[in-house]
Amino acid sequence: MDILEEGKGELLAWRDPDEHRRWVLENKSRSLEDKRMSLKEAVAKFVQDGDYIAMGGFGHIRVSMAAIYEIIRQRKRNLVMAGKTAVHDFDVLVASGCVNKVEVAYCFGHELRGLSPASRRAVENGQLKVAAEISNAGFQWRFKAAAMGLPFIPTRVMLGTDTFKRSSAKVVKDPFSDKPVCLLPACYPDVVFMHVHRCDKYGNSQIDGIIIEDFELARAARRLIITTEEVIDGERIRKEPWKTVIPFYLVDAVFKVPYGSHPGNMPYLYYSDEEHMAEWLKLSKTDDGVKQYFEKYVYSVETFEEYLNLVGGEKKLRYLKRLEELKAPLKAPWAEG
Amino acid sequence: MGRRLNLMEKKVEYTTIELMACAASKVLEDKKSVLVGTGLPIIAAALAQRTHAPNLFIVFEAGGMGPQIPMVPISVGDSRTFYRAVMASSMDYVMSTAQMGHIDYGFLGAAQIDKYGNINTTAIGSYEKPTVRLPGSGGANDVGSLCWRTIILMQQDTRRFVERVDFITTPGHLSGPGAREKAGLPAGTGPYRVITQLGIMGFDEKTKRMTLLSVHPGITVDQVKANTGFELIVPDKVTVTEPPTKKELDKLRKEIDPAGMVLRRK
Repeated sequence: MDILEEGKGELLAWRDPDEHRRWVLENKSRSLEDKRMSLKEAVAKFVQDGDYIAMGGFGHIRVSMAAIYEIIRQRKRNLVMAGKTAVHDFDVLVASGCVNKVEVAYCFGHELRGLSPASRRAVENGQLKVAAEISNAGFQWRFKAAAMGLPFIPTRVMLGTDTFKRSSAKVVKDPFSDKPVCLLPACYPDVVFMHVHRCDKYGNSQIDGIIIEDFELARAARRLIITTEEVIDGERIRKEPWKTVIPFYLVDAVFKVPYGSHPGNMPYLYYSDEEHMAEWLKLSKTDDGVKQYFEKYVYSVETFEEYLNLVGGEKKLRYLKRLEELKAPLKAPWAEG
Repeated sequence: MGRRLNLMEKKVEYTTIELMACAASKVLEDKKSVLVGTGLPIIAAALAQRTHAPNLFIVFEAGGMGPQIPMVPISVGDSRTFYRAVMASSMDYVMSTAQMGHIDYGFLGAAQIDKYGNINTTAIGSYEKPTVRLPGSGGANDVGSLCWRTIILMQQDTRRFVERVDFITTPGHLSGPGAREKAGLPAGTGPYRVITQLGIMGFDEKTKRMTLLSVHPGITVDQVKANTGFELIVPDKVTVTEPPTKKELDKLRKEIDPAGMVLRRK
C-alpha cells in the first residue's frame, strides 16, 4: 500500500500489537478476584505522572468525576489526555495543572454552555500543548483498532482536511477499491476511568442507556478503573449476562461512589447540576477563582460524600433526580449571562 | 372571511435566532434521517419533529437513535438524546451507520465557512498561535464527511464568511467539483444548505460554489452580499424566507427551550 499523505500530529498511545499482547499476558489476570479498593488507592497505584489517560462517558455524561477529583487531590502531573469530547473533566484537569498535553477531538468548550475559560487560557498562553487533532469518530475508531488487537483501522473520515493534516493518521490507496482511505493508528491509553450504573466486585459491569465509546475504550485501556453507583451480587450478573458491557478480566479496580458523575448527568438517575456548572464557569474566568474552587471542593475534602454535602446535599440530589425524570424545571444560570 | 382574519391577526414578533431555527427546521423532511450536532441544530431538529416532520429519524453521535426529544439537551450525549428512543447505541454504531450511507442529513454549526462550504471550528488565526482556540472537530468532520447532505447553521458576516477559512476542520466541497471524491470521501456527499440570520444559501450544481437561495423577511440581497467575504452567486430569482408562525414560536419557547439556553442566551 502506497502512503499518499501523512498527518503531522504526534502519534500518542500507539503500541505494537505483539508488544501489547505480551503486556496483557504478563499484567492482566484471568481469575475472578475481588477488585474493590478505595479510589485513593486505585489512583495512587494505577496513575503515573506522564500517563496517557482517557475517561469513559462523553462530555459531562457518565464521567467519573469522583476519579477526576482524586487525581487532582493527588496532584498528578504531566498527564496526556484523550480529548474525546472532553468537557468538564478536561477543563478541571487542565486548570488544576494535572494535564499539560492533549489530543483534541472536542475540548475547550462546554457544548451549549459556551467556551471553557480555564482550558482556553491554558492553551492560548502555551501552558497546555495540543499534540494532535482528530475527530470524534476518529478517536472512537482508534480505540476500536486497539480493542481488536490491530495496529490500525481504515476509515473514510478526516480526508481532505486540516484535521487530518494535524492528526497522526495516514492516507493510503485502498488495495480493494483503489480509493484513498484514512488509516487511524490504534490507541491504547495507559489508564481509563469509567463510571457505570452497577457492577459486581469482580468488575463485570452494566451500563443503562447509550454506551458511547465505552465498549471499545474499556478493551483498549491497559488499566481500567470502574467507579459505580452500585455494587451488585455476582449472581445478578449471571442471571442477565447479555447486560454485561465490560467483563471482569478488563478491570483493575472497583469503587462504589453514588452520584460519582456529579456535576454531570447519569442517565436515568440524575441530570447535570447546571447551578454548579455555572459556579465553575464563573470562577474559572480568573486564576484566583480557579484556586478558590479547588480549595473549596477538592483539596479541603477527603471523600466524595463530603463534596456532595458541599454542593447542596440531599436536597440538591433529590432535585437532580427529579430533573432527570422531567419532573422539575431546569435552572441554567449560565444562560443568563 | 379568511382575508379579514389575516388582517386582524397581530404581527408575530421573533428574534433572528428563532427565525434561523424555524428556517432550518423546514429544510428537514419527514421520514428522513438526520445526525444532529450541538446547539441550534438540536433545536431546529426538535422543532421539525414537533411540526411538519413527526417521523424524522433523529440520530446523535453519542448513540441516541430515534428519540422523541422532550426538551433541548445540553449535550449531544445527555439523557434527553435517547428519551423514548428506538435504540440507545454507541458512537461506533452511529458513525458506522453514517459511513454505510443510512444518514440523509448532517446538521452542524460553524465559526467560519468559505465559498465551497469548508468549515472551521478549530482555531481562529494561525494554528500554532491561535487568537481564539475553538473546540475542534468533535463529530463535525465525521458528520460532514459521511452524511449525504450537510446543513450548516451559523452567523453571517465578513469575518465568518471568508475567502479562505483559517483551518479546514470539516470538509465542504474542498477545492471544488470532484475534490471530495478525489480525496476519498464518500461519493455524492457534501454541504447542501447554509442558514444564517440573513438568508438561506445552497451550492451551485456545476461549480459547487455557494449560491443565494432566499433572503429572510426585511433583508435585501445587497445586505447579504455586504456580509459575505467572497463572491456569492446570486441568481436572478431570489425568494423570501417564510417567517416563523406563532405555533412554531410557541413550541420553541414553551416546549423545546423553556430555560432559554439557546434562544434567550445573553
